[in-house]
Amino acid sequence: MQSYFMIIISAVLVNNIVLSQFLGICPFLGVSKKLSSSLGMGGAVSFVLVLSGAITWLLQTYLLLPLNIGYLQTIAFILVIASLVQLVEMALKKIAPPLYKALGIYLPLITTNCAVLGVAIINIKKDFSFAEAMTNSLSHSIGFTMALVLMSGIRERLEEADVPKSMQGTPIALVVAALMSIAFLGFSGLI
Amino acid sequence: MSLKDEFTKGIIKENPLFRMLLGTCPSLAITTSVDNALGMGAACIAVLLASNTVISAMRSIIPNSIRIPVYIVIIASFVTMIDQLMHAFTPALYTSLGIFIPLIVVNCIILGRAEAFASRNGVLASIMDALGMGIGFTLALVLVSSFREVLGAGTFLGMPILPEGIPAILMILPPGGFITLGCLMAGLNKLQEKFTQQEA
Repeated sequence: MQSYFMIIISAVLVNNIVLSQFLGICPFLGVSKKLSSSLGMGGAVSFVLVLSGAITWLLQTYLLLPLNIGYLQTIAFILVIASLVQLVEMALKKIAPPLYKALGIYLPLITTNCAVLGVAIINIKKDFSFAEAMTNSLSHSIGFTMALVLMSGIRERLEEADVPKSMQGTPIALVVAALMSIAFLGFSGLI
Repeated sequence: MSLKDEFTKGIIKENPLFRMLLGTCPSLAITTSVDNALGMGAACIAVLLASNTVISAMRSIIPNSIRIPVYIVIIASFVTMIDQLMHAFTPALYTSLGIFIPLIVVNCIILGRAEAFASRNGVLASIMDALGMGIGFTLALVLVSSFREVLGAGTFLGMPILPEGIPAILMILPPGGFITLGCLMAGLNKLQEKFTQQEA
């Protein structure tokens, strides 16, 4: 049990996927301007991340390793993720139209979100069991959503701030991210 | 546009990192030392050059509706080759870049150039475009990492240049990456503003 707890704390707070592992920076900067869109992106990424985490783990353990073709990992994983995103998009359109409408525009962006492929590779690199890999994927997606929502909260306030012209937009967002990252450094004592 | 223009546009005018905000993940994560930045830049140039060439050569036979999956498979194959080569010949660099080598697959610069340029232009122009973009990205990485390595570790390419006690470790920790990139971008915006004013 303790090991699962460690995985959760480590993935959500200490090694936050955005603020200390630098995965998924593009959506973090791109869709964090409004609270509602950041929640949508967080939801869509979490969904795909957990699902692809499960499938890539099974693929690696039962197909790539027994056949001794571990070097095909990158190609196999990215194909799984790309087709999964397509499938999820089609399935949601059919089964849950309201959810599709809410997540729709974010889904295609997820294929090139390095957080998804990154977590799939981390799961394999750390030799996790299936349950551990699932815990890890879920905690990373919570960490991602949390960082995104926190960031969008700050950026909504920032709209009203008097920012020097050359700092407007991305530069000030990066400086805000730096301050958040410093705050998250404080969690490193937890483990 | 002439071939020379295709080459030079990637370096300053359309610099992938500073102007188009592509490839931010690796440029924050691996810029803790200039060595890493050069290694990552070289890997990206190699993949970009290969993928742009192949995609441009095959552009008329790739069906339009499935072009993105095809591009991804082509890019992933080249990334796997680079991954294996770096594992064999530069083990130290391979360890320090770690997960970011396989993640070149999802580097938006490469897919972005395939979609925006190589799928519409000839092989020669695509090669120039890949070289320009790759070199522009590498220069940006080196710029960010020079600040971080000098301020954070007090060294440049491993040579100590600052007296002990001055370096601020924060700069090579994650926050340093965000701060450096943010400030550099603001600085470049300021410079650009100045130049456009002079021209006007």
